[in-house]
Amino acid sequence: MHIVVCVKQVPDTKIIKINPKTNTLDRRSAPAILNPYDAHAVQEAVKIKELTGGSISVLSMGPPQATAVIKKSIEIGADRGYLITDRAFAGADTLATSYALSKALERINKDHPVDMIICGKHAIDGDTGQVGPGIARRMDIPPVTNVIEVTEVNQKEKTVLLKRKLTNGYELIQSELPCLLTVEKEINEIEYSPMPNMIEAARYEPIIWAVSDLENVDRAQLGLKGSPTIVGKMFTPPRPEGGKKLEGSADEQVSQIMEVLMEKKDLFTLQPSK
Amino acid sequence: MNLDDYRGVWVFIEQNDEKIEGVSLELLGAGRKLADKLQVPLAGFLLGHEVKPLAKEVIAYGADMVYLIDLPVLKHYRTESFMKGVMHLAKQYKPEIILYGATPNGKDLASAVATDLSTGLTADTTMLDVDIDSRLLEASRPAFGGNIMATILCKKHRPQMATVRPKVMKALEPDASRLGKIIEEKISVEEEDIRTKVLQIVNDVTKKANLADAHVIVCGGKGMGDLQNFQLIYELADTIGASVGGTRDVVEAGWLRHEQQVGQTGETVTPKIYFAIGISGAIQHVVGMKNSEFIIAINKDPNAPIFDVSTYGIVGDAMEIVPKLIAQFKKLKAEKGGEMIYV
Repeated sequence: MHIVVCVKQVPDTKIIKINPKTNTLDRRSAPAILNPYDAHAVQEAVKIKELTGGSISVLSMGPPQATAVIKKSIEIGADRGYLITDRAFAGADTLATSYALSKALERINKDHPVDMIICGKHAIDGDTGQVGPGIARRMDIPPVTNVIEVTEVNQKEKTVLLKRKLTNGYELIQSELPCLLTVEKEINEIEYSPMPNMIEAARYEPIIWAVSDLENVDRAQLGLKGSPTIVGKMFTPPRPEGGKKLEGSADEQVSQIMEVLMEKKDLFTLQPSK
Repeated sequence: MNLDDYRGVWVFIEQNDEKIEGVSLELLGAGRKLADKLQVPLAGFLLGHEVKPLAKEVIAYGADMVYLIDLPVLKHYRTESFMKGVMHLAKQYKPEIILYGATPNGKDLASAVATDLSTGLTADTTMLDVDIDSRLLEASRPAFGGNIMATILCKKHRPQMATVRPKVMKALEPDASRLGKIIEEKISVEEEDIRTKVLQIVNDVTKKANLADAHVIVCGGKGMGDLQNFQLIYELADTIGASVGGTRDVVEAGWLRHEQQVGQTGETVTPKIYFAIGISGAIQHVVGMKNSEFIIAINKDPNAPIFDVSTYGIVGDAMEIVPKLIAQFKKLKAEKGGEMIYV
């Protein structure tokens, strides 16, 4: 069983600061981390490998410093990592990103045939969730998004049993292998990395590819050029007038709000107990 | 690609158990406005098995026509079978805009279709408009990290596509007397062609916080300080029979489950009463709650943006105010002897 996990380096949105003048984010203020959903994707690959054997590759696209998230994935338990980095990839939207990653996956698949691809549900910097299903279409394998449990992997029959989250519950899906999963955070808990993994991660040198290392690439589909969407404008939404700000001491404010609420008989009322 | 070959606004009609999802009806309302501005018809496309009776409802909610594909292989949503249907329709009828609800299935379908059509897709849109001269769809969403919106355009590819957050757009009042056309299409897809099978669908509401249907929500942010103080949120909610929600920070900190997150990457809620406590009001949160009917914000910072969207604002320390509120509600319940009910 060969599993490839696609990972992304993202700014840590928990720590990032906003420039109050421009209302945009100050990227320098945020450390770069492995996208949290992708960490769960790597962890799930590790869990599957414990049952099936085989190996785990991770693949990322980004600037040279994105090797850090590959090392982090090795720490969690991946066996090897690939980074595709090239100025030609810059400015890619989700369509151009899935194209570039699928070209790298084609090369990986040639050397080590791929049985399963796992992605995080979405990256916390873009929140789109569109790259995973896009890769599945380009590789012509079935996508199963929002997976919350890998219930069974049947290597003999080449099938996998999955729970997929829905708005009101979940569905149990059987998919042929190879397939692509995107995973929710609740699929697993990230375990503490064993010491040998940490040592290996520190020493690990990811395999780095440029566009010229990939085959049959249509450069017109890469990066900004290959991206059908553009940001037209950024704007601060008109500030609504806002409501009434109460005044006075804490007690006074609380009794004022209670009064207002009691008058709102169309909103709620007290029902005498039976 | 000749962009002028593409005309019309389409909405994906998502259905489950013979019922149309709310977001699809909302998108018919939003799509109606776009279609009127562009002076083109509005169509819903409906895929499933034995779903034809729903087509009339699609028309009642504002569509001029319904494209229908009704086949046993479409009984359950699956990416491969549904996208084949959408590809068939889109290639034949060439719409200029396609809108999908930003639900698990809507996002899944839109992502697959965008890849095969090599066109642009904007995720989780919260504002929609069209520019009449350029006929461009202006799909806006909160930009990453800042209190700012980004408008995404797709200039050279058609159709222009977007997924749209549930509960942000408004559905029209249904009008059963509206007339429209139902166009039934066939595709040749066999069960053997589809590589996934849905073995079982489990409706599991226990794991859901049910925020989407709650009448009253008490929502806490990182201004609550720590997990211990956050218990005040639960206590207030418990006292008044409300559901508990939180911001992304609070969920990331592990104080709440993801199901309880309100905002851009969580639930969009529209309760009668919404308490925003210790929440600054970042746009990612506000887009998920601003359509609540009555919003009470409690925050130390008088300039917090949450006060811009609140009906009433209390400037003060939540640790001081919330216990007083709890005491007042408890006193009221003791005096009048009853439970709060919400109408």
